[in-house]
Amino acid sequence: MRHLGALAYLLFWMLAGSGLYLYLRFDTSAAGAYTSIGELEWWFGGVLRSVHRYAADAFVLVTIIHLIRELWLGRFRGWRAFTWISGVPLVWLLYASGLVGYWLVWDTRSQFSFLATLEWLGLAARAGQAPDRLFSLFVFLHIGLPLALLAGMWVHVQRLGQPKTSPPPAAAFAFIGMVVALALLHPAASEPQWDPVRASQNVAVDWFYQFIHPLMYATSPAFVWVFLLGITALLLLTPYLGRKPRLLPAQVDPQNCNGCGRCVADCPYEAVILSGRKASVFPERCAACGICAGACPSSTPFRSLRELVSGIELPDLTMQDLRSKLQAALRSGSTELVFRCEKLKGNGGIALRCLAMLPPAFIEYALRNGARRVRAIGCAGECAYRLGMALSEERFTGRREPHLRATVRTERHDHEYSFVLR
Amino acid sequence: MKALRFAAQLVLYVPLMAILAYFSTEPRFSMVAPDEALVRVSFIHATQRREACRERSAEELAKLAPNMRASQDCPRERSPLLVELELDGKLVLRREVQPSGLRHDGNVAVYQRMALPAGRHRIVARLRDRAQGEFNYAKDETLELAGGRVLIIDFNAARGGFEFLI
Repeated sequence: MRHLGALAYLLFWMLAGSGLYLYLRFDTSAAGAYTSIGELEWWFGGVLRSVHRYAADAFVLVTIIHLIRELWLGRFRGWRAFTWISGVPLVWLLYASGLVGYWLVWDTRSQFSFLATLEWLGLAARAGQAPDRLFSLFVFLHIGLPLALLAGMWVHVQRLGQPKTSPPPAAAFAFIGMVVALALLHPAASEPQWDPVRASQNVAVDWFYQFIHPLMYATSPAFVWVFLLGITALLLLTPYLGRKPRLLPAQVDPQNCNGCGRCVADCPYEAVILSGRKASVFPERCAACGICAGACPSSTPFRSLRELVSGIELPDLTMQDLRSKLQAALRSGSTELVFRCEKLKGNGGIALRCLAMLPPAFIEYALRNGARRVRAIGCAGECAYRLGMALSEERFTGRREPHLRATVRTERHDHEYSFVLR
Repeated sequence: MKALRFAAQLVLYVPLMAILAYFSTEPRFSMVAPDEALVRVSFIHATQRREACRERSAEELAKLAPNMRASQDCPRERSPLLVELELDGKLVLRREVQPSGLRHDGNVAVYQRMALPAGRHRIVARLRDRAQGEFNYAKDETLELAGGRVLIIDFNAARGGFEFLI
């Protein structure tokens, strides 16, 4: 479920790939379109056509579930508002792209959808067959709108650090396999050819895209406008309804920042940039997760300063606070120390905003000052700050700076790490 | 463990495939019942100008810039369009539509859809595309409309006015 956004990207590329071949074979005229689709060889063009259709349907399904899931998880406020708001027009672009795509087939379903859309938009058309010029407009829209959608998808992930735009290979292959299997088992077929004097009866409506047409016929064009614009307005306003108090954003201490850029690379929300060879934080984008503090090379408890100040850290949970808590635990004679993500239920251990807020040096410091074992527990499922578990894993296994030194042996069990000195 | 994960994937993907396959074509939708026909009035027409063009005098032309000296002065605004539709002696549509555009100089678009029982019907369509006076276009015809068919009422002044396509 956490790969829904990446699956949407995958489906877009499946649509682009299958659409390219279909476009090569497609007769872009009102007279020839229907026949050219019917002439596709079933074992290749026919399968690609079905893949195009089901990938488009799956795109809607994945997008809507993605939207509902993010809403359910409350991921639309504060630093996520830009990503949320930039996603709303994408739903319109997706629907517009799909609806126009259906018109290209030029069958009775196209007729139903095209005339219903005209009625919805309050437009009228000359009766009879559509001119080729209109058909050229359909083709232009079916290429232009998906390109606009792609541009919008690019904007949508601009406030995400290391955005996942491709799902894991296993999920990608499974999804592609599912769509291809569906194309083979239940091939997409055209309805009878467009006939202007035939009423739309027994139409094989694609409910993923065309649900607005029966809704309009059951109500009115005005109702559909109010319904869709109302939902859109509500989605756009959602980040500003019932706002939660925000945590204090990270702050940079220029005296301790050496401009290494690790915090910039690790920030999950693109809230940190390098400006004048020093880190700089955009407060409105900052989630206050502390991942930047965990990445900072100056966040090490081995420093002999009385007051430990890091190059970048959270004002309400500083590295000095963390070192004090660690030292207090060590003084109390604890031989097993626990660092845990504060999102986890229960008490005990030293709570962190996110597991990736823990600089690996703190683990070694604890082990060299009396602890026999250190445990670090992250989010059980998806990281609340997107990249916490992934960044921690890379740092603890020496694949990312600041890394845990080889003198410490690391074991991982699900979302829990255990560390001992070698 | 691998078998369990494979089974879990199947549990997820099979219903997903079923949802995609079913809702991409079903349930089917009908705009009209099998024993009903549909009348669709749908046309675009440029009405007559609200005021007639007038010839400019030589003095008027002389006052204009050389590149603006058109011999006629034609006000841009067009007349509203009045359309009526009568089915079996009953007036079912009467609408006055303003031309599009800020200066009302564009086309008039008319769209109306209505279902009626299949069978024989007398259909009368009237249209006025000038500012004053009686209807200047009309068509009166009795037609046999089969269930599930559409009667398209189009208008094309160049071809003489209303056209009933069935």
